[in-house]
Amino acid sequence: MSLQVVTANRLRDGRVIYLDAADGWSTDVAAARLCEDEAAATAALAIAAAAVAARRVVEPYLIAVERADGAVSPTRYRPVRYREVIRAFGPSIAAGTAAKET
Amino acid sequence: MYRYDEFDQRLVDQRVAQFRDQVARRLSGELTEDEFKPLRLMNGLYLQLHAYMLRVAIPYGTLSSRQLHQLAHIARRYDRGFAHFTTRQNIQYNWPRLEDTPDILAELASVEMHAIQTSGNCIRNTTADQYAGVAADEVEDPRIHAEVIRQWSTLHPEFSFLPRKFKIAVTGAQHDRAAIRVHDIGLVIRRDANANVGFEVVVGGGLGRTPMVGKTIREFLPKQYLLSYLEAILRVYNQLGRRDNKYKARVKILVHETGVEEFTEMVETEWRHIRDGAIDLPAEEVARIRAYFAAPDYQTLSAAPPEYTAKLAADPTFADWVRTNIAAHKVPGYAIVNISLKPIGGIPGDATADQMDAIADLAALYSDREIRVTHEQNLVLPYVRQTDLYLLWQELRRQGLATANLNLISDIIACPGLDYCALANARSIPVAQQISERFADLKRQHDIGELRLKISGCINACGHHHVGNIGILGVDRRGEEYYQITLGGTPDEQAAIGTIVGPAFASDQVVDAVETIVDTYVGQRQDGELFIDTYRRIGNAPFKESLYGNH
Ligand code: SF4
Repeated sequence: MSLQVVTANRLRDGRVIYLDAADGWSTDVAAARLCEDEAAATAALAIAAAAVAARRVVEPYLIAVERADGAVSPTRYRPVRYREVIRAFGPSIAAGTAAKET
Repeated sequence: MYRYDEFDQRLVDQRVAQFRDQVARRLSGELTEDEFKPLRLMNGLYLQLHAYMLRVAIPYGTLSSRQLHQLAHIARRYDRGFAHFTTRQNIQYNWPRLEDTPDILAELASVEMHAIQTSGNCIRNTTADQYAGVAADEVEDPRIHAEVIRQWSTLHPEFSFLPRKFKIAVTGAQHDRAAIRVHDIGLVIRRDANANVGFEVVVGGGLGRTPMVGKTIREFLPKQYLLSYLEAILRVYNQLGRRDNKYKARVKILVHETGVEEFTEMVETEWRHIRDGAIDLPAEEVARIRAYFAAPDYQTLSAAPPEYTAKLAADPTFADWVRTNIAAHKVPGYAIVNISLKPIGGIPGDATADQMDAIADLAALYSDREIRVTHEQNLVLPYVRQTDLYLLWQELRRQGLATANLNLISDIIACPGLDYCALANARSIPVAQQISERFADLKRQHDIGELRLKISGCINACGHHHVGNIGILGVDRRGEEYYQITLGGTPDEQAAIGTIVGPAFASDQVVDAVETIVDTYVGQRQDGELFIDTYRRIGNAPFKESLYGNH
């Protein structure tokens, strides 16, 4: 089966976060705990459910990741679906910069 | 401008206090996410791809300088120094923290604003023509009636849990700038044969999965009956709308499935029961509201004064901007100024806090402290003297706000798409940016002429792609971003839904495809034809041929 990690949003500020190996949460997908089989994924979701109950995170779910070619990605693993790539590294645009002079 | 009375202010203040309590209870664990979610949505707070998103209502698109300064302050203090104007005359913050939102709502309430009715299955913020009160072709200022609708619909207990969301738009002009025919209800202020003022009532328009142009169910409604007639429509819809299927729950499906005649008959029957009850406002109350929208103290000026025409002759860049971005004002010597939020390569509808402050200051100097927001994601200064235009333009230029592209190909409507939106299939903004860069040459844009290009990141169609002359829809094709192109849509009084031209394009092909479409038009157009005219004359086939002919 494919490699998976658990992602969610942090309750207080809504930021995208990933469950890490120490049962904590990181905004960096590179720090995410890798689940290599179904049992590991189930265990990770159970930890996430506890974090939901503890009011740390909302809406946790599993995403597939793949080993990244270092040239493409700033991290060793990156999400497979581009929606999750944008969630991890986006927005893909430089927002909030003043418009160019015309 | 309308000012809150004590009831308006109390209602909004109470709502802030309630939400503060709800957020505290969520953070303390008293409320679960399932319990809290509907409460936050009722206050415009969504959870998007990267963070929470707060959508703030700008009723009928009218803002004071003070309010715009406050929106800038909120962007700076609680967000990342910018915000996004939407196709529903709302403004969105992309990065607010949950724990800050009660304070943000309190800051909004202090300038008579809120985020109520920007989400959920209720009557949403009522939108209006951005040239309200100043358009030369206007029968009456639509904001008076939009304000009446706002007061009636705000937290209306009977209509807070409709089958689906419900959007109303009003125009008082002949040329429709508010896309009223693609709203659940569109109202056009008209005169009857005896010069009485009333409304043409259009029902069942909408975009999304099943796009439809609204149908006129009443050619003329005497204006004193506005609310009872709206109430009759909402009652029929509330009772019969398809609550069993989210995708069939909008009133457009009800009108379509029931048939216009039968639907109209049901509305008229309901209306006969309630029309002489207590719903419609007494004339004095309407007059009280009307007084808030009194015109500013216009000076008696001559049209096109010499110092203005001299500048036009001397400075071609200024003249280009005037040609595209200035609209005719009903009062001689005045101009309606459109501020494009579509700089070349920029993010459609985004404004930085500094830009918002600058515009608010310019409005205070030159436009009676008033700003309008358009559904096309631009801003308007409605009361500018022609003699002030040159100075104003120079100031706007300094802020990067003088792009002379209104209604041209780079004046693109684009929804946030997959860069922000949790529902998206594909990104919209980078596509808009690339198209804008491709057509950056203003001379070329002017030569192409008026062309409405609109992009949505999914079938929900927040970017109005169905009514774009060129519409682009992001789709997910086996995990890749693809873009489907429709041609021939129009949002105005001749509203039409575009037709799909052929198979979707990959993200690295879509800009070339747009250029091919434009070149085909330029090659085929006859004298004076706009893109849409040529399209209507020659249809999809020549475009299809040039896009797919070799395959
Ligand atoms: S059209 Fe789709 S992607 Fe774009 S803002 Fe609306 S829901 Fe999001």
